[in-house]
Amino acid sequence: MADSSANDLLPVTFQRWFSARGWAPRAHQLELLAKASDGKSALLIAPTGAGKTLAGFLPTLVSLSRRPKKRLGERPRGIHTIYISPLKALAVDIERNLAKPVSEMGLPVSIETRTGDTPMHKRQRQKLVPPDILLTTPEQLALLLASRDAADFFGDLEFVILDELHSLVTSKRGHLLSLGLARLNTLRKGLRVIGLSATVSDPLELCRWLVPQTADVSRAELVCVTEGASPEISILKTEERIPWAGHSARHAMGEIYDEIERHSTTLLFVNTRGQAELLFQELWRNNDKSLPIALHHGSLDASQRRKVEQAMAEDRLRAVVATSTLDMGIDWGNVDLVIHVGAPKGASRLAQRIGRSNHRLDEPSKAMLVPANCFEVLECQAAINANYVHAQDTPPVGDGALDVLAQHILGMACAEPFDADDLFREIITALPYVYVDRDTFDKMIDFVATGGYALRVYERYARIRKNPDGKWRVSNPLIAKQYRLNVGTIIEAPVLNVRLVRQGKGIKSIGGVVLGKVEESFLEMLSAGDTFFFAGAVLRFEGIRESECYVSKAYDEDAKVPAYAGGRFPLSTYLAASVREMLANPEEWKRLPDQVRDWLEIQRDKSVLPTAGSLLVETFPRDDRYYLAAYPFEGRLAHQTLGMLLTRRLERAGARPLGFVATDYSICVWGARDIARMVKIGELSLAGLFDEDMLGDDLDAWLAESWMMKRSFRNCALISGLIEKRHPGKEKSGRQVTVSADLIYDVLRAHEPDHILLRAAYADAATGLLDIQRLGDMLKRIKDRITHMPLDRPSPLSIPIMLEIGRERIKGEAEEDILREAAGMFAAGGTPA
Amino acid sequence: MNHLAKLVEAPLQVCAHVAGMPVVLDMSGALYLPDDQLLIVSDMHLEKGTSWARRGIFLPPYDTRQTLAALGSVILHYKPRMLVFLGDSFHDIGGAARLHGEALGDLVGLCAAQETFWITGNHDPEKSALLPGNSCAELGIGTIRLVHIPGGSLVDGGEIAGHLHPAALVVGRGRAVKRRCFVTDGQRMILPAFGSYTGGLNICDEAIKGLFEQKSMVVHAIGEKQIYSLRFSAISR
Repeated sequence: MADSSANDLLPVTFQRWFSARGWAPRAHQLELLAKASDGKSALLIAPTGAGKTLAGFLPTLVSLSRRPKKRLGERPRGIHTIYISPLKALAVDIERNLAKPVSEMGLPVSIETRTGDTPMHKRQRQKLVPPDILLTTPEQLALLLASRDAADFFGDLEFVILDELHSLVTSKRGHLLSLGLARLNTLRKGLRVIGLSATVSDPLELCRWLVPQTADVSRAELVCVTEGASPEISILKTEERIPWAGHSARHAMGEIYDEIERHSTTLLFVNTRGQAELLFQELWRNNDKSLPIALHHGSLDASQRRKVEQAMAEDRLRAVVATSTLDMGIDWGNVDLVIHVGAPKGASRLAQRIGRSNHRLDEPSKAMLVPANCFEVLECQAAINANYVHAQDTPPVGDGALDVLAQHILGMACAEPFDADDLFREIITALPYVYVDRDTFDKMIDFVATGGYALRVYERYARIRKNPDGKWRVSNPLIAKQYRLNVGTIIEAPVLNVRLVRQGKGIKSIGGVVLGKVEESFLEMLSAGDTFFFAGAVLRFEGIRESECYVSKAYDEDAKVPAYAGGRFPLSTYLAASVREMLANPEEWKRLPDQVRDWLEIQRDKSVLPTAGSLLVETFPRDDRYYLAAYPFEGRLAHQTLGMLLTRRLERAGARPLGFVATDYSICVWGARDIARMVKIGELSLAGLFDEDMLGDDLDAWLAESWMMKRSFRNCALISGLIEKRHPGKEKSGRQVTVSADLIYDVLRAHEPDHILLRAAYADAATGLLDIQRLGDMLKRIKDRITHMPLDRPSPLSIPIMLEIGRERIKGEAEEDILREAAGMFAAGGTPA
Repeated sequence: MNHLAKLVEAPLQVCAHVAGMPVVLDMSGALYLPDDQLLIVSDMHLEKGTSWARRGIFLPPYDTRQTLAALGSVILHYKPRMLVFLGDSFHDIGGAARLHGEALGDLVGLCAAQETFWITGNHDPEKSALLPGNSCAELGIGTIRLVHIPGGSLVDGGEIAGHLHPAALVVGRGRAVKRRCFVTDGQRMILPAFGSYTGGLNICDEAIKGLFEQKSMVVHAIGEKQIYSLRFSAISR
């Protein structure tokens, strides 16, 4: 950009401020400013360290610096700019970072945060005297929009800044935010929206997301900062034997420790909280030099996490073991190495994590991958190839969830009576909700009003009602209160505080520090005296009192690791395709470690290697059982679904299947009959077994009974307000949902299987938990391209999954077996009185 | 005992004793006393859906329908001489008045088939005049007292009660399964809730386990296809 235009755009105060620091405004900062000054919305895509935050706020600051002074007696102005980020901590951090240039330039700008932690008196004051810039979260925006004075509060709004947009848009939080944005656009015509994002696979989709989807305007302007130097990524060259299976990477601990020693500050990323706890334990076991190594994950108490972040900022740590909690947010310049333990599962995720090191654009970031098993070596190599070509595999935005729409409709009624036609026209301007038809929208209104049941018995208790003028209003103030208590789309598994007490006192102890939160479902399986790893320590379970779990310090090498709900990402489609190609092309093997190359070569001798487009199916006997192993590389979720469906079909074909196990790479089913023989004599056809039609009736029949539907339904029921997380007057007892969602699910499915909330739950389960789309694509791809290898014994490629048998548990299945086994113990011990 | 042998189609039912009297535990959560041809059903919480609707929570309005269907089939199966509702039959005192016309007719019909007793509960301290049958706070059958809230003296005999909605948490294979259950120590028995939307209280909670002689405490958990009988010590944690 030419200097003259920079001078026009940037007021003298700003130019002086830049030059006083020996800086010049960067091209993308000026470009964004120019677009915004033209009245346009824009998306800035830039890697961390590119001055993204300042770029985002520059249009606001320039606009505020030119605003005429408020005259005496003029009414207080509404907020000028609202900034929304997914993390509370980020809002607080931005407040600090922004205060500096504002005070140095002497700008008349007030900046405040508003989060769940903001005290009531400050919130009330903010309503009366709004700051110029408000920094907040998507949930707080929803609350502000649902208040009666929303139209006034946002009446002077000029800019909306959305940070870390890539991480928001694909979740239900993003859906809620998109609906909020649609409302803001109604309240304030000509609003400019600035999105800040890391690199994504489809930037133009994000540009559309930012602006109302009406006929004339379809997308925001795009400003891209090209990546700086390519990162230096390597795979740890280990002298040890790489295991066939498992995720701990225990074999490489010594070598990881050496790397930490060689660098000044190392960030170690893992994929799950459980792995974080294990890695932390292993590193400290090796920590002869007592290097300051810390742990950071989402279940730890917030104050503990802040301590780690503080120590990190002050350069007092040599290494931090972290999960996705550190994927974004606070900048740390001093990290000179990122180690990723376990495969990264997606190329974009890896790029973002690597971006956490060395926040200067012109210098390459340094990263090292530590595969935990042989297949992960292939995956890591694929990820490295991808990062050099800057491939992106972030998921698409997808359709907005209906339960979120229900929550939004109630919120809009809380703000002021709404006209259904107007609200419908508004919500379909939000990109995720473009697909909604009027009939569905009316069903959602009916759902919000009385539950939307065919049996109409709740009319007189309706939560929203039609006024004589045809507008919908909330029936009473209690409903609005209920809405405020339950706003948001983050549904956490029920958790208990973990409180550290002195040993021996058990649950009679008083006081003690809270270490964090652990899922109730894990804790209820523990007996007093059991030990588990948490918060970097071995803890002895003492007992549960009210909503807290009491623990004491212990020493036990075989402690359990808490099972956390979710947290494991499946292998991305993009990486899966790369791994398949790598397997099919021996030229590529040159880059792999010797032991992995050997493994593939033996596989080629004993069986075959799957070609990129085909599906290899191996059958072999072992210990009186008959196994079928297939290698689709489509990720764990799609494989689990496939496993369930194959088992059903084999059952029907009379193969007497006994179980299955699924990993990111392969699937293995075993049974009591010789599958290879059944194929040979024509009793079973593999093409028929893997036919696409399994996604029809088989899927529906299995899914309806599965725990996945029940879990999805619970989330939808909570978000849509069918059941409450919290009820007025009982705010504190947030631990348990007041009525079991499973019971409601069973009743609803039996009596009204077409209910709109079941539809929403099905849509959720199909994408989030089952990966049905991906499975369908795979089945289509491999049609007529199945290679069957009947073998005498397990092939080299099958060894990793054979080792997973018995290790992986299939959640939700075999519940009757658990009861039967427990009852069996009783029968052995005697008969009832 | 011939009559009993015919009724107990294991594993759908389990036979046990309370204060020496034989009882049949049914998969539905109902209890049958063959000697007196008496059927007991506890904690139906009918019209919980409409009760909650008053504060803006719209549970699917099919709970009453479903519970009455289950009640109908258990009555049809045992053809009892006497039917006892063990309290909290309605979720609140106005519940009977809110019954859908059809549902009211069904319930009246079911009650009329035999002598019916409504034991009062904390949710429904009064019987609605719309319904046939007798209302009482407790009922004696031989040496056994039938009452809503458990915890009475066992000096003179046994007790059969409801109120607490017992559920057993069974841990195995690294997982936990929660099921409605009957709990007994041979003297006292607590029935599971019969209603569709009634959750369960863990039997390890002091409120339940404190009522029993723990050494002889047996838990009969209701599974998908059968009742599983477990010693309390095996699942206590």
